[in-house]
Amino acid sequence: MKYLDEFRNATLTKNLSENIKEIVTQHWTIMEICGGQTHSILKYGIEEMLPDEISLVHGPGCPVCVTPLEMIDKAVSIASRENVIFTSFGDMVRVPGSQYDLLAVKANGYDVRMVYSPLDAVSLAEKNKEKQVVFFAVGFETTAPANAMAVVEAKRRGLKNFSILCSHVLVPPAIEALLSNPHTKIQAFLAAGHVCTVMGYEEYIPLSERFKIPIVITGFEPVDILLGIYSAIKQLEEKKYEVKNQYSRVVLKEGNLQARKLLSTVFDIVDRAWRGIGVIPKSGFKLKNKFSGFDAEKIFNVASISTKESSLCIAGEVLQGLKKPYECSAFRKSCTPEHPLGAPMVSSEGACAAYFHYKKMQPTT
Amino acid sequence: MNDEQNLNFNLNCPMPISDYEKVLLAHGGGGTLSHQLIQKMFFSQFHNPLLNQEHDGAIFEISGTCLAFSTDSYVVQPIFFPGGNIGELAVNGTVNDLSMCGAKPLYISCGFIIEEGFPMNDLWKVVRAMKNAAEKANVQIVTGDTKVVDKGKGDKIFINTSGIGVIHNDVSISPANCKAGDAIIVNGNIADHGIAIMSARENLSFETSIKSDCAPLNSLVENMLAVSKNIHVLRDPTRGGVASALNEIAQKANVGILIDEDKIPIREEVKAACELLGFDPLYIANEGKLLAFVAEEDAEKVLDEMKKHLYGKDSTIIGKVTAENLKTVIMKTSIGSKRIVDMLSGEQLPRIC
Repeated sequence: MKYLDEFRNATLTKNLSENIKEIVTQHWTIMEICGGQTHSILKYGIEEMLPDEISLVHGPGCPVCVTPLEMIDKAVSIASRENVIFTSFGDMVRVPGSQYDLLAVKANGYDVRMVYSPLDAVSLAEKNKEKQVVFFAVGFETTAPANAMAVVEAKRRGLKNFSILCSHVLVPPAIEALLSNPHTKIQAFLAAGHVCTVMGYEEYIPLSERFKIPIVITGFEPVDILLGIYSAIKQLEEKKYEVKNQYSRVVLKEGNLQARKLLSTVFDIVDRAWRGIGVIPKSGFKLKNKFSGFDAEKIFNVASISTKESSLCIAGEVLQGLKKPYECSAFRKSCTPEHPLGAPMVSSEGACAAYFHYKKMQPTT
Repeated sequence: MNDEQNLNFNLNCPMPISDYEKVLLAHGGGGTLSHQLIQKMFFSQFHNPLLNQEHDGAIFEISGTCLAFSTDSYVVQPIFFPGGNIGELAVNGTVNDLSMCGAKPLYISCGFIIEEGFPMNDLWKVVRAMKNAAEKANVQIVTGDTKVVDKGKGDKIFINTSGIGVIHNDVSISPANCKAGDAIIVNGNIADHGIAIMSARENLSFETSIKSDCAPLNSLVENMLAVSKNIHVLRDPTRGGVASALNEIAQKANVGILIDEDKIPIREEVKAACELLGFDPLYIANEGKLLAFVAEEDAEKVLDEMKKHLYGKDSTIIGKVTAENLKTVIMKTSIGSKRIVDMLSGEQLPRIC
């Protein structure tokens, strides 16, 4: 397939892995921010191709994983009402809340539907005027423009029965929070290509300067990831700390200006809680007041719901790159994709699920 | 009192412990949850030597004739999709299940559960498709049943088919025959059916030219069995896809399986749709595909014969059986590394076959 096969080329990956081996002289720890990259790394066995000196740690860039438990509980509360059609991306319906997931709500006879685009939810609202249609708006800067568009479109169509349960989070504040942790082991970042496609990479430059850390905007195919790692290692070895754009076939420095404009029209930046990590200042979106008629939290009065995490699950440490999934006592025992204790085991981008599916034999040390 | 007796009966025979209070869609998805449901609920109660074969059908002998008996229900949505409809699927599905036992399918039954208000014209189209499919597969539909349920209590139409076929004396198809070195052959492009169904769903706005691969595989299997006595396992990778079928065989036969990503035939459009939707084609359903485990020395001969057939012209060897990594499916990726191909745990696509 064009633009994919070239980046899954065996000779290129082999050469890149040789190039990395040639330049590395000491131990380095790199975090890939995005869950999509984590899955590529595990799916293609990229760690096998790297010298022992390089450790990859997996970041918090899985939208399903970092959506707080209380948000799931709010979703469950809204979805468990008559006259509501609750719509969501597929992955979210299996994320456990404190008591139920959305699939259990569906099994109890309520109307929970998976959609592939928030605009499908808007159309659903238009066709079902007697029902309230709610879309679970989760994700990073990547999914936010489509959700903003859904709200704008619902307003344009004059719909009074459409709303979103908004739980958007932003990458740069999370990088800042991770680097501010005195225990952090991270020495370089592979930033998420898709997020930067929307937002560009200007906001990463001050982070790189302040924390003296290389940040490489990286794609998702094996060649992309190895190029990203190569660029990070080269900088580390040369004691340089810059933002480099490996994913230049897609990402522009300024990003997608139209999408950014839409985001600033619809959303305000607010403090947000991240599952397993806690509140990160200015790390999320909420609907602006002029769109509050589309805010499901207000319409269904669920703002007061507040819940705590399972104490067994170490998702927070996994999401900060402090621990690997197999270091969790529940991993593969009480926590499996069929019966997840925490979100990283549910999502197709979650680090725990990636280890579960692709790495059955765990290292013993 | 009856209720009390029932209560006592229940106490004597408690419901198996399950993590779920209610049945979820994923319990029918063909992955790990389906297997748990079948093992805990059905196998634990119905077990007998024939059921314990865990084949696509039961294989048994009556008066010196070896027979295969199989059943399957079809709840696909939408009922009309590119490349076929529920009726054709229902006939071919049971024909294929019997073929995977090494049997020549002969007689089929069909049970219809129809929702009140279902258009008569649509029913006619389904019935015509079943007639044509039966003729094409050279089987007869010899008995049936019809039930109509209240509007809203079913989804348009559900069909169950069962079938009986004869197995020739010298044919023995079973995971137990599987040996290290066996070649694994697939008869063409995978994942067409699942993606065709997805593209036809009303809530998905992408258009493709991909058609379901829905086809009867009995004559292909007959030709294969005619050229080799060393076909060890046959399996149609329907729900759960190639990955789930290979995992089932690896576990049942206690062997390892190594497949080569570059050799697995997938159409470009299907690959693209999978990339877009975030699906792995290895887990997507097929309705006209088979996986054949053939002794190494006969592999080329069987492959050549398959390529001569309409439903086997794109056949290719995708991997082999190994003596290491028992009960595990491993894939050599396109970049040369190796990874595990796990069983599907929940469901990728609801109700695709």
